[in-house]
Amino acid sequence: MSRTLIVDYDAGNLRSVQRACHEVGLDAVISADPAALARADRVIFPGVGQAASAMATLHRSGLADALRHAITAGTPILGICLGLQISLTHSEEGDTPCLGLIDGRVRRFALDDPRLKVPHMGWNEVRVVRAHPVLAGIEPGDEFYFVHGYYPDPTTRDAVLAVSDYEREFCCALGVGNYVGVQFHTEKSGRVGLDLIARFGAWDGRFDAGGRS
Amino acid sequence: MLSKRLIACLDVREGKLAKSVKFVDTKDIGDPVEKAREYYEDGLDELVFYDITASSDKRRIMLDFVEAVAAEVFIPLSVGGGVRTVADATDLRLAGAEKINVNSAAVQRPELISECAHAIGAQNVVLSMDVLRVAVSDATPSGYEIVINGGRKRMGVDALAWALRGEALGAGELVVNSIDADGTRAGYELTLTRMIADAVRIPVIASGGAGQPEHLQQVLTEGHADAALVASMVHFGDYTCSGLKRYLHEQGVKMRMRW
Repeated sequence: MSRTLIVDYDAGNLRSVQRACHEVGLDAVISADPAALARADRVIFPGVGQAASAMATLHRSGLADALRHAITAGTPILGICLGLQISLTHSEEGDTPCLGLIDGRVRRFALDDPRLKVPHMGWNEVRVVRAHPVLAGIEPGDEFYFVHGYYPDPTTRDAVLAVSDYEREFCCALGVGNYVGVQFHTEKSGRVGLDLIARFGAWDGRFDAGGRS
Repeated sequence: MLSKRLIACLDVREGKLAKSVKFVDTKDIGDPVEKAREYYEDGLDELVFYDITASSDKRRIMLDFVEAVAAEVFIPLSVGGGVRTVADATDLRLAGAEKINVNSAAVQRPELISECAHAIGAQNVVLSMDVLRVAVSDATPSGYEIVINGGRKRMGVDALAWALRGEALGAGELVVNSIDADGTRAGYELTLTRMIADAVRIPVIASGGAGQPEHLQQVLTEGHADAALVASMVHFGDYTCSGLKRYLHEQGVKMRMRW
């Protein structure tokens, strides 16, 4: 059976992701070992917290290089929340240079309506705008659980797989090659979220839209 | 846009659903893990557990309980009751709770809020406040006062001022629990809820007084609340989570309707 590795870089509680993997029958381990990451069949890159401290930990531990290696090796990777954000080139959070697995920037919500709260927290609809094996099965009206003050803005518009609305439309899922990332906490989004993890567990890492930038 | 949230609250003592006035017959309510799973499958948006375990040496039982729920329920879990230190908060987080509720201990030592916000992230710290309607005075210009110990001890702290202070200290969310409305099943305290929801920039969860579906609709519209907390309404089977959500949806309140 293939093994899923959940990247442990001291960024929040990863066990909720592991529990969700187990619920859908995935063999998932939590590991901070770059060598184990290089051997993994698939990788989940979760995280909550701040971009700068997360990046510092990734560099110090050697996990940043291991993630770059996994991208070129074609390993299916699922980024979640902060894991997705720091996969991009740069984050406005603390003006932080990030991993650059995907071309793009992470931007802070700048909202006109003073009644709208940041972070964007709660259940919101996710609309698929580009078909992808991992998002297949998400239907109109399906909602996922979000907690974030920043959102991903990939350079290549083809990379945008799904959007959500918070005053204006923002990218909440992106995919390039063997990388797919979601801004919402799919592990805390009930059945629709578990289904997404199950589909990631069955995905071979192929996606032919846009190509890696 | 964000949906409004339906949140169910379970009082737990040493891993079991607590008996209280509201829990006439615990056998009818059943095992809390089972109850949590049932609500989750019926469309509940978030779960709150209040640990009312009396002695601190029994806290391990609560942690095991949170772990058991987290293995079966894949929506946000919030846990409160007796959180006095950052270690209490981080232990509960490791067990599987997303959000930690602080209440009495934060009133007595407000820095607890900022310490928890620093340790686990502001968005995960919920300030739960028990509020009593009082005469307007210099100490309580809003006409509402903070009480602790289940409403028994008045603190001389103005509720609106405390909400703003909690937000400034780093609370990510507020639970506004009306002691006057609690247990009456006559509806939430709309004036109080709206006053606080309009004053802060963090989500407000209304608590206390829900007895009819209309009460939820009122507090989520007129009361300006982001979420409505229910307990006995669903525990005894008078209403279901899905039924309440369907009602709210039909009334035009934006709810998550697919699960």
